[in-house]
Amino acid sequence: MTLRNKSGRLSEFASSHAESIIKDARNELKNPARRLLGKRILTLGGIAMLSGCDLSNDKSVNSMLRKMSSFNDDVQALLFSPTTLAPTYPESMITRPFPFNAFYDIDDVPEVDAASYRLQVSGLANGKRVWTLDELRALPQESQITRHICIEGWSAIGRWDGVRFASFLKQAGADLTAKYVSFHCADNYWTSIDMPTALHPQTQLTLGYDGETLPPKYGFPMKLRMPTKLGYKNPKHIVAISVTNDYPGGYWENQGYNWFGGS
Amino acid sequence: MNYARIRHATIQPAWVRISHWVNALAVTLMVMSGWQIYNASPIFAGVRFPAAITLGGWLGGALQWHFAIMWMLVANFAVYVALNVASGRLQRKLLPLSMRSLMSDLAAALRGKLGHDDLAHYNAVQKFAYLVVIVDIVLVILSGLAIWKSVQFPLLRTLMGGYDNARVVHFVGMSVLVAFFVVHVAMVALVPRSLLIMIRGR
Repeated sequence: MTLRNKSGRLSEFASSHAESIIKDARNELKNPARRLLGKRILTLGGIAMLSGCDLSNDKSVNSMLRKMSSFNDDVQALLFSPTTLAPTYPESMITRPFPFNAFYDIDDVPEVDAASYRLQVSGLANGKRVWTLDELRALPQESQITRHICIEGWSAIGRWDGVRFASFLKQAGADLTAKYVSFHCADNYWTSIDMPTALHPQTQLTLGYDGETLPPKYGFPMKLRMPTKLGYKNPKHIVAISVTNDYPGGYWENQGYNWFGGS
Repeated sequence: MNYARIRHATIQPAWVRISHWVNALAVTLMVMSGWQIYNASPIFAGVRFPAAITLGGWLGGALQWHFAIMWMLVANFAVYVALNVASGRLQRKLLPLSMRSLMSDLAAALRGKLGHDDLAHYNAVQKFAYLVVIVDIVLVILSGLAIWKSVQFPLLRTLMGGYDNARVVHFVGMSVLVAFFVVHVAMVALVPRSLLIMIRGR
């Protein structure tokens, strides 16, 4: 009322506005469904204002995010073309030195003995189950100069030499209609991929880097190279391969990285 | 002035208000999670974002947020653009925009002489800003898609100048969006009635 005395027109305008806002709000709140919606909108706003840390610790928020990540796996499987090739580059564009990256320090790279090394194949496969390094080297070799893209965002171009994974899977008598191929590594890393990516022409069982034997820091004696997937999907020091229809997960994937991880 | 008319004429229809606030929430979450992702491998040496203004806690968490909220951003933006075109609002409110009117309104704004008497009508600077932010969101979405699916979309990758450059485009797009946000919020603070209109429509 004191306001009205100071400036009649202004306060009249303000109070009529205030009244109509309150009237609107009352009408809205009469309807229980709207009241619930209002509550939810407030909750959503509250969630958005919290810091990331608090949000990520919330169980229901986390389960929603995991569900979306799994939905994105399906979307990526749909977007994935078995014939679209990742770009290749001339030798002059190779990144030198190619960065070392793992979940441990370069001093902790495992040393695998070439002579006693055996690759085990298990699961839905009815062919050769144990492979020596020489047997792998005797298979037809291919080479590719492609871009390695890390989930962190950086990328580097390298040259990898090895066996086309699709032809290895055929040699091993793998059931090519199975859903997954999983990998276990000498450094206790593990991951898994979808069958369509396993059969992609650029998916390679890599035995060499840049014309040389694959050095320990890049995954001696053998790694899987996929220019259609992010770095953490490309396991190094592989000792066991399994073909399966049961979702195998992975080291980073189980902590929250997207499972499909395609690019 | 006819107060009764002002009170009852809807300036911002419900679909504009809803898509505006959904977009505001989505962009905020995308930018905050994007900053956390950026920190994992900064493009520009020395440019990093403090943890307090990021979302997700760690790279994996931020990626989950980014790739969940992107659907909200894209779906809402698609509905907004479709309704804008279909309803004729784009033509009516944001067009036409001439360089001459933009320059004269910008000059007036910088001298503090650009009025906001009629909030139903956008001046040339506003038109420009809203059109820029619409185009910028398209750019942010496309460059994001080029980063996410650089192998599956070769044409898009080439348009963005390759994978690494798509990250730079995405960063620039984010920067324009954040700059718009800052000016936009400052303008709302100067003309609080516009906030009321974006909440209740009139």
